[in-house]
Amino acid sequence: MPTPQTLYEKIWNAHVVEQRDDGTCLIFIDRHLVHEVTSPQAFEGLRVAGRRVRRPDLTLAVPDHNLPTTARLDGNGQHVPIADPESAQQLEALERNAPEFGIAYINATDIKQGIVHVVGPEQGFSLPGTTIVCGDSHTACHGGLGALAFGIGTSEVEHVLATQTLQLTRSKSMEVRVEGELGPGVSAKDVVLHITGVLGASGGTGHVIEYTGAVIRALSIEGRLTISNMAIEHGARAGLVAPDDTTFAYLKGRPMAPKGAQWDAAVAYWRSLATDTAAVYDKVVTINAADIAPSVTWGTSPEDVLPITGIVPDPSTFADPSKQEAAKKSLAYMGLTPGTAMTDIEVQNVFIGSCTNSRIEDLRAAAAILKGRKKAANVKWAIVVPGSGLVKHQAEAEGLHRIFIDAGLEWREPGCSACLGMNPDKVPAGERCASTSNRNFVGRQGPGARTHLVSPAMAAAAAVTGKLTDVRELMN
Amino acid sequence: MKPISSVIGRAYPLGLKNIDTDIIIPAAWLKTISRSGLGKGAFQSLREVSGNVFDDPAYAGAPILIAGDNFGCGSSREHAAWAMADLGISAVIAPSFSDIFSGNAFKNGLLAIVLPQDAIDRLMEVAQTDSIHIDLETQTVTTPFQDRFAFEIDPFRKHCLMNGVDEIGLTLKSSDAISTYETKISAQQPWLTPNIA
Ligand code: SF4
Repeated sequence: MPTPQTLYEKIWNAHVVEQRDDGTCLIFIDRHLVHEVTSPQAFEGLRVAGRRVRRPDLTLAVPDHNLPTTARLDGNGQHVPIADPESAQQLEALERNAPEFGIAYINATDIKQGIVHVVGPEQGFSLPGTTIVCGDSHTACHGGLGALAFGIGTSEVEHVLATQTLQLTRSKSMEVRVEGELGPGVSAKDVVLHITGVLGASGGTGHVIEYTGAVIRALSIEGRLTISNMAIEHGARAGLVAPDDTTFAYLKGRPMAPKGAQWDAAVAYWRSLATDTAAVYDKVVTINAADIAPSVTWGTSPEDVLPITGIVPDPSTFADPSKQEAAKKSLAYMGLTPGTAMTDIEVQNVFIGSCTNSRIEDLRAAAAILKGRKKAANVKWAIVVPGSGLVKHQAEAEGLHRIFIDAGLEWREPGCSACLGMNPDKVPAGERCASTSNRNFVGRQGPGARTHLVSPAMAAAAAVTGKLTDVRELMN
Repeated sequence: MKPISSVIGRAYPLGLKNIDTDIIIPAAWLKTISRSGLGKGAFQSLREVSGNVFDDPAYAGAPILIAGDNFGCGSSREHAAWAMADLGISAVIAPSFSDIFSGNAFKNGLLAIVLPQDAIDRLMEVAQTDSIHIDLETQTVTTPFQDRFAFEIDPFRKHCLMNGVDEIGLTLKSSDAISTYETKISAQQPWLTPNIA
C-alpha cells in the first residue's frame, strides 16, 4: 500500500523535477502571475543575462497594485494619464515587458483586469493541484481552490520566468480544523482573523496549513479564498483547502479552465488529491466555530485580534515581556487606551476591497448591511473597490453599486487600492480605517494610518455608525 | 553574486521583534524599477524617532543588524533585502526570520543568521561597545570577549553564498530534467496548459 499522504505532500510530490542530496527540490511551477511592482527588476535581470521566459504560456500579467481606482477612461474614451510618475513608470514597464517576453497581458481597461488573486481564480487560470506563484505574499489565496500557492520575491520571479521552476525545501504540514457551525454575522474573514489570533503572527512559520473541518467545507470558494489569503498572516508559507464539488462547480466553464473530456480527466485527478485518512500532519490545531465572534484587530500585527465585544488590552497583562513592549508601541501608534470598548472606537475611513474581501459575495455582504442606510457623518472617506472588472460588472447587474452610492460610499475601479499605500487611495495620518484588507502594519494604508481589520459586513456596519460596531446589532 | 565568507564589524543593536517589511522599506519606496538606492528609505519609521540606532554615529556603517523574533515578516517584497544591502548591511542575526525574507536575503547575499534569544541578548550587549565576527565557513558568531555561538545553515545555501553562485545559472544546468518533466506532465495532464487567448 502506498504511504498515506496529505494534500500538500501529494501536490509537492507531483511537482518534483529533481531532488538534491540535501533534500532541496527543483519544483515545477504550473502558474505564474505577474504584476507591475515586483516584476520590473526581474525582467531587467533576464534582459541583462540574455535569457528568455521559458513558459510564457503558463504566465499571466495584470496591473493592480499601483493603478489608481478612479475612472481610467475620460468622457471621450481616452486613457486618463496616471499622475504619479513613478507608478506610471512601473505600469509602462509591465506593458512593455509582457509583449517583449511573449506573456499574455490584461490591460488596465480590460473588464478582466483586477487584483491578481481575484483574476486567477475568476479566469480559471488557478486550478486545484497546481503550483502557483506570484511576487505578492498573499498568493496563498489561491490555496482556497486546493492549489499550492505562495508569494515569492523578485529574484524568484526572475528564476521562475527563466526556468519555470523554483529550488525549494519541503515545509512541514499543519492542519487547522474548524469544527461546528458559524453563528450569525460571522464570516470567513472572522474565521481567519480568529485563527491568526490563536496561532499568532508566526505560529505557522515553516508550515503549509490545510484548513479542514465542517466550517471550511460549508464555505463558498469566495470564503475559502479569504481564509487561505491570510495564511501568511499567521506565518504559513501557504494555505490549502481540499478541492471538492464546491470547487468544481466554481471552476466549471471559466475561460481558462479545462473543457470537455479534459475537464472530466482534471476533476478525476483533483478528487484524488484529498488528504488520505491515515495521513499524519506535523501539527494539528482545532478551533471551535462557537468561539468565533465577528472579529477586529486592535494593534499593528494581524495577531492582535479581539471579538468585537472585547476591550483594548492592557499591555502589562501579557506574559511575554517583548510582547508587552510591542503592545505598548502598537497602542501608542493606534492612539488607543487600554480598557476602551472596541465598539467605542470611532472610524473616519472605511475600505471595502483587497484580494481578501473584494469578490462578489463580499460586496453582497456589505450591501446587505448598507441597504437603506447612510454612512455616519464622521466617516469622511468610504470606498468600495471591486476585485476585478468582472466583479464590478456583476455587482452593477445586481444593483449593489446603487446601494453603496445611496449610502454615501464611493464606487471605484478594480485594484489593490487602500490595501497598501502605493496608489492614491490612502488613509490620512492619525485617522482610523475599518478595512477589509489583510494587514494592519504600521503605515500599511499610508504613513501614520491606523487600520482595524474587519469583515465586509463589519466594515459596512462601521460606515453606518461611524464606530467599530457589532454587525449583529444591524442584522434582523 | 559576490562570494561571502565572513562579516566583521559593528552591529546595530535593534532587538525588536516582528520587524515587518513595511518597517524595513515602506511601500512608497516600491515604485522603483531598479535594485539600488533604497537605503535612503530603509527603516524610515524607526529613523523618524530621535536617538534611533541607525543614526547613532557609534554604529555608522555597521554591516550587521541584531533583531528580535520573526524578522522580515509581512510582504514578499525583495526590496527589503535590497534596502538593507544598500544601507551597507551584510548580515542580520535574529531568533527567527519569516520564510520569504530569509529566501530573499539569501538570494541577495545577505546573511540571515538564526541564534537563540539568550545569544541575541548577549550580542545586543556586546554590540553597544564592540564589534562582532561572523564566520560562514565555521558557522560561528564570535565576540572579542570569547563568546562563541554556533549557527545552522542549509549546506546548499552555504555553498552558494561562499562561492557567489547564481541560482538561475545553476538551475539552467537542469534544463534537460525540466524538459523531461514537461513532456511527462503534458502527456499525463494535458489540461494543465491554460487556454490563454
Ligand atoms: S490587495 Fe493588497 S494584499 Fe492583495 S495583492 Fe493587492 S496589495 Fe497584495
